Amino acid sequence: MTDLSLTELTIADARAKLRAGEVSAVELTDTYLAAIDAANEKLNAYVAVTADKARQMAAASDARIARGEAGALEGIPLGIKDLFATEGVHTQAASHILDGFKPRYESTVTANLWADGAVMLGKLNMDEFAMGSSNETSYYGPVINPWRAEGSNTDLVPGGSSGGSAAAVAAWLCAGATATDTGGSIRQPAALTGTVGIKPTYGRCSRWGTVAFASSLDQAGPIARDVRDAAILLKSMASVDPKDTTSVDLPVPDYEGAVGQSIRGLKIGIPKEYRIDGMPQEIETLWQKGVDWMRDAGAEIVEISLPHTKYALPAYYIVAPAEASSNLARYDGVRYGLRVAGKDITDMYEKTRAAGFGDEVKRRIMIGTYVLSAGYYDAYYLRAQKVRTLIKRDFEQVFEAGVDAILTPATPSAAFGVADQDMAADPVKMYLNDIFTVTVNMAGLPGIAVPAGLDAKGLPLGLQLIGRPFDEETLFRTGHVIEQAAGRFSPKRWW
Amino acid sequence: MTIIDTRLPDPKRLISGATGEWEVIVGMEIHAQISSHAKLFSGASTAFGAEPNSNVSLVDAAMPGMLPVINEECVRQAIRTGLGLKAQINHRSIFDRKNYFYPDLPQGYQISQYKQPIVGEGVVIVSVGPAKDGSFEEIEVGIERLHLEQDAGKSMHDQHPTMSYVDLNRSGVALMEIVSKPDIRSSDEAKAFLTKLRTILRYLGTCDGNMDEGSMRADVNVSVRRPGAPFGTRCEIKNVNSIRFVGQSIESEARRQIAILEDGGTIDQETRLFDPAKGETRSMRSKEEAHDYRYFPDPDLVPLEFDQAYVDALAQHLPELPDEKKARFMEKLGLSEYDASVLVSEKAVADYFEKVAEGRDGKAAANWVINDLLGALNKAGKDIENTPVSPDQLGAIIDLIKDGTISGKIAKDLFEIVFSEGGNPGVLVEERGMKQVTDAGAIEKAVDDVIAANPDKVEQVKAKPTLAGWFVGQVMKATGGKANPQAVNVLVKEKLGIDG
Repeated sequence: MTDLSLTELTIADARAKLRAGEVSAVELTDTYLAAIDAANEKLNAYVAVTADKARQMAAASDARIARGEAGALEGIPLGIKDLFATEGVHTQAASHILDGFKPRYESTVTANLWADGAVMLGKLNMDEFAMGSSNETSYYGPVINPWRAEGSNTDLVPGGSSGGSAAAVAAWLCAGATATDTGGSIRQPAALTGTVGIKPTYGRCSRWGTVAFASSLDQAGPIARDVRDAAILLKSMASVDPKDTTSVDLPVPDYEGAVGQSIRGLKIGIPKEYRIDGMPQEIETLWQKGVDWMRDAGAEIVEISLPHTKYALPAYYIVAPAEASSNLARYDGVRYGLRVAGKDITDMYEKTRAAGFGDEVKRRIMIGTYVLSAGYYDAYYLRAQKVRTLIKRDFEQVFEAGVDAILTPATPSAAFGVADQDMAADPVKMYLNDIFTVTVNMAGLPGIAVPAGLDAKGLPLGLQLIGRPFDEETLFRTGHVIEQAAGRFSPKRWW
Repeated sequence: MTIIDTRLPDPKRLISGATGEWEVIVGMEIHAQISSHAKLFSGASTAFGAEPNSNVSLVDAAMPGMLPVINEECVRQAIRTGLGLKAQINHRSIFDRKNYFYPDLPQGYQISQYKQPIVGEGVVIVSVGPAKDGSFEEIEVGIERLHLEQDAGKSMHDQHPTMSYVDLNRSGVALMEIVSKPDIRSSDEAKAFLTKLRTILRYLGTCDGNMDEGSMRADVNVSVRRPGAPFGTRCEIKNVNSIRFVGQSIESEARRQIAILEDGGTIDQETRLFDPAKGETRSMRSKEEAHDYRYFPDPDLVPLEFDQAYVDALAQHLPELPDEKKARFMEKLGLSEYDASVLVSEKAVADYFEKVAEGRDGKAAANWVINDLLGALNKAGKDIENTPVSPDQLGAIIDLIKDGTISGKIAKDLFEIVFSEGGNPGVLVEERGMKQVTDAGAIEKAVDDVIAANPDKVEQVKAKPTLAGWFVGQVMKATGGKANPQAVNVLVKEKLGIDG
């Protein structure tokens, strides 16, 4: 049995040991590959492991370290969400319709990581096309949360859609992972697995080479073991990209430098509209703890109002499916991926898409097609866009009033069971997982989820901090304060 | 939207049916491929005639995760075209997705502009004619809008017994869709409008206008009504690919509609296709079968914005357009409206003419270009781009007439030699002895010879002085046409003792 303790190093610690020559990149990579080998059958976090490529990349990293040419992430083994195009490697958005698809191009985000010396371990499971909050819509089967309730053997979901990313980070199957967030797909799974996840401002990371779900909402970000690691990863992932005209030409700051900075004098807003009906006492208590930690660290706490919050979720479930219905039209069996033969072209389309897409994806394509149809566009899509403008304005007014960051719960509950009957019976219940996170996507703002405690069953819960556009630094500062106060949380190995 | 009828019914354009007169109403949507090296949202080449699927980028093939990036040259071309159509330029426009499934549409949607196009209302002055008396009538055809959009690829159904092939070379190529108002009232006007529009685009260099290569195609909306009545129900004839077919399709479609209406029927709004072999239109799909395109703003693209300074800079470098050129030719060079119209109809012809006319008499240059050059080119099946006679050569011929080296008659022969064999006109005249004889002694000898050989005619001319012309003709014949006719005339009269 391999000694897996190397996998428990944070990126910051591994970086120091690699540079000091205390461990080699190949050694670190091999350890992670062994850990994946031992765990993946049970956790199902990876849909493809690229062992040979990982060892080659690690050997190249060792050579660069020896030459004194180490990049910012030199030799750090990462897992990549299956949504990112990786040249010559499985890229299917965990969907059957992209069967066998291996792009001959590399996404800008992953190319940035490799340019900084990171090592790819493989591709991570996810909800199909990033549609889901439990990682149960994957064609490759559900990811199992490394966390279990105390004294229970019941399998829990890791959240979604970046469930594979969150589970792999929490279970020490990679040092950090890429993820994407359209309505909460980084922050919700991070909260459900005791990891840190940040969705940066829309436009901070290039979307080029990332399979699109809802273009105006999709944004890449990292999931990591702690706030510092998240800062290190985001620094490498972020860039302006001439191939994505929605990416923004602003310098990428030294996010790591913000970690540990005082928050004395910062104004933290507590939105009253986030105190939703039927919110569990545990969540309420956790939120209050967060307020206290902020205050204790010298921040000023102010109650704020974001009056259009209640319209965010319904509006989101119009805008996102509308864009998805169009973005997913290209999966037609003509050029790549799955093709199911038919008697004519229409029959081929229908058979291919019927066999290639899962139920949740089909549901959203149908919703999206409906809301864009003649006669319904004004009532749904146009109105949802108006709501979006109002939500954005809510935030702008709060920030104009001097608020530096907003503190909210990350999710309405801790991890729930795989194949939960309630959620299976009513998709809207599943959609409610995103209640605290979607507003951030609708407004294009940055948001971070940081573990803040355990519930009564011993499952992790997270808090969310929302920042001004392109002020991720304040999120790392404030997130670090929560991390310092709450401590860090790891699952007990059972796998 | 209310459509404003800008024109009064004109009896000379009406079509006679069995039960009376009908007026045809035409509006057009022209798809013009933008002249640019790269596609609208990708860097792939737009060159015509490449191997199938060789000019296809990852974006054009709609690979997962690909994003469109606007090609600024295409934006400039659209603005230039808008300026050429005297149209409103919108400083902010939006790209939308038009969603439908087809194998030659890899994204499953076409990126187009729906509610906020880059160019708004404009106008094209169309010269219709000439009539029998040589006059032209000028009509105004309103432009509703111009927007940017992607072209689709091409499905090929003749490559395999059971499968269709797809060529994506054209997928993503930039098109301008130019929509006219329903201001056209006959097939002749429609043809003249399309011709004029093509001329403007070619002058601007924003579209090569080659309809046979598919770089310009027209959708023609046709309806008929009793003169002065409200607009009738229209049918749209899709993808007509020559100016001649536009005329034919309108004629046949108008007659089809008139026949239905005169039989007491009604017109169904539908999309039709023109079959050039049969010379008629046939139904393609009815209004009920029309797609729901689910337009919505493309979230991959930010709004297209620029300021007036950007437009002004483009306006400053706009070439002279046909209307202005025609006016200048008439005013500054004294050309007739007919000559000016012919010369400006093609930019290459106008450019050729201007080179010939530079430093020379404009009318003479116009006559030579229109009557001789264009005539010869037409006969030889060549166009102005590969004329065998350069402007310098033609200019030299005109100069040789002007300075008396050759006569006008000899000049026609010289032109034919230059056209078919090439060469320097001045040198040819020397080598082939075509020079006009101005040597007084030589002419005098020829005159003397003719008088001496025809004593009977000399007698007759005394009674009838106009017979002097016969002597001139004989002298010209004897000198092979090279003698200066004026000099011969003077000498003959002098020798015969006839007063000037």
